[in-house]
Amino acid sequence: MTYETVIGLEVHVQLKTRSKMFTRVAAGYGHPENTLTDPVVLALPGTLPVMNKDALDKIIKAGLLLGCDIAPVCKWDRKNYFYPDSPKNYQISQYDQPICRGGSVEIELPGPARNVMGEHKRIALTRIHLEEDVGKLNHGEGASLVDFNRAGTPLMEIVSEPVIQSADEAFAYLTALKTIMIYGGISDCDMEKGQLRCDANISIRPVGQEALGTKVELKNLNSFSFVRDGIAHEIRRQTAVVESGGKIVQETRDYDGQTGTSQSLRSKEMAHDYRYFPDPDLMPVEVDSAWKESIRSGCPELPFDKQRRLLEQYQVPYTITSVLVPDGELSDYFEEAARLSGKPQAAGNWITNDLLRELGASKTPLSASKVRPAHVAGLVKLVEDGTILSNAAKEVFIDMFHSGEMPEAVLARKGLKAETNLEDLERWCAEAIAANSKSVADYKGGKESALNAFKGPVMRAAKGKADPKRVDETLRRLLAQ
Amino acid sequence: MPKPEDFNLDHVANLARINLTAEEKTRFSSQLGDVLTYIAQLNEVNVDGVEPTAHAFPVVNVWADDVAEAGLPVEDALRNAPEKRDNMFVVPKVVE
Repeated sequence: MTYETVIGLEVHVQLKTRSKMFTRVAAGYGHPENTLTDPVVLALPGTLPVMNKDALDKIIKAGLLLGCDIAPVCKWDRKNYFYPDSPKNYQISQYDQPICRGGSVEIELPGPARNVMGEHKRIALTRIHLEEDVGKLNHGEGASLVDFNRAGTPLMEIVSEPVIQSADEAFAYLTALKTIMIYGGISDCDMEKGQLRCDANISIRPVGQEALGTKVELKNLNSFSFVRDGIAHEIRRQTAVVESGGKIVQETRDYDGQTGTSQSLRSKEMAHDYRYFPDPDLMPVEVDSAWKESIRSGCPELPFDKQRRLLEQYQVPYTITSVLVPDGELSDYFEEAARLSGKPQAAGNWITNDLLRELGASKTPLSASKVRPAHVAGLVKLVEDGTILSNAAKEVFIDMFHSGEMPEAVLARKGLKAETNLEDLERWCAEAIAANSKSVADYKGGKESALNAFKGPVMRAAKGKADPKRVDETLRRLLAQ
Repeated sequence: MPKPEDFNLDHVANLARINLTAEEKTRFSSQLGDVLTYIAQLNEVNVDGVEPTAHAFPVVNVWADDVAEAGLPVEDALRNAPEKRDNMFVVPKVVE
């Protein structure tokens, strides 16, 4: 029997705000333990929560970017449970009135080859709601130690419908979601910093069966590849259980990415009973169309829309766009270089090969790059008009990367200017052709290799400093006249 | 007064993380049952056409701008902790 997989993902994304969700102490990562707390975070008696306006703006923006319906009114609820990571003994969340409903995430599946675009599809969302993050527990000798720095950080929970069909789709979904969040300035989604966290609900069923199988929740998927590997592992595990006549037990499993194994977390004897009720300390949120429209007007072009536009507008290959588009800043950089140079593909090649290589090697962010789009465009033009040969251009690029000087200045300083200008090259080619009528006849008679007979004299005249490709092109052009 | 049928004191005590003696169970069961029965009178009120609300006043959108302010010094944050270590609160070992 063949089985199909049904996956729903719950993704928690920390919003990139300066202060916390319900109080104004700073939010942040990597600070010394318990230095980002205040009486509200610590739930000291007599404190009251006050919403962070920017967190609301950001979740509305996320909802608009993902095509959700934004609720005209929503409220806050208390989710009650005892756990040391939550000093209030409840978490402020949204239960039956999430701020965003519906919507979808466009994903791209792996293509048949790296340079071929894969299939696109949409993963439907159930809802997105806003809540507050909890503190962090460190398990030590005989005790657990609590750091409340993270507690109260605005946290968005994005719940997909159970419509994801494979580990690859889950990976593509997270990738697309992360790119959109970064484009919108909503979150940096750095999984290592806990800014994006993912739980997966996974079940299998015989192909053709309508009812969903028993689901298993997979936790601790703390990198994108662990999500993919963990889901693939769980699908294999469930298939093996069912094929050997067993039954899937509803449980939560912990995936260990290091060993590629999972184990059941001790099942709670009692189902969770969070006793949600409306938080009396917080008034509802009302989103009118003016507010929504002001946020919509600040929404960026979506990544895949941008990719389609770059392919269409600049006629650059998919491989260039697939490198540029995940990074909004890099694609803006490209567009400026393409505009300044008038040669999008050449500019794209410099950016996706040379610039990214040098930025990576020197661990420099794009924003700190001394090579700006004007430098790239300048270099493209120098190569294009034959002032400089491609090998020398590579050298100029590396020099510009370190010096920040414009390519013309580097050229003058280093004496890298090709000794051939186009006029010289044209003349040398014409002379070589005039001096060898036999090879001209051979070439015109269809003997392709006769072209080589002209190249030697041209390269000699250029003292080796002529671009072979350009010599070839010039000779062919003159011979065709 | 009779207590509501779905009231389960053991469940409530478990959620509240408290252990009750048999004597306490009898006493609290009766007291909490009275409270629930009293509140149940609200079921008699006709609320047709009344929107559910958690508040008596129609106030919405109470918020502050996202401006970060200084928090508590760590020694103040930990001042009431029964036990502390490495600038953190010590709690009984928790394993999920």
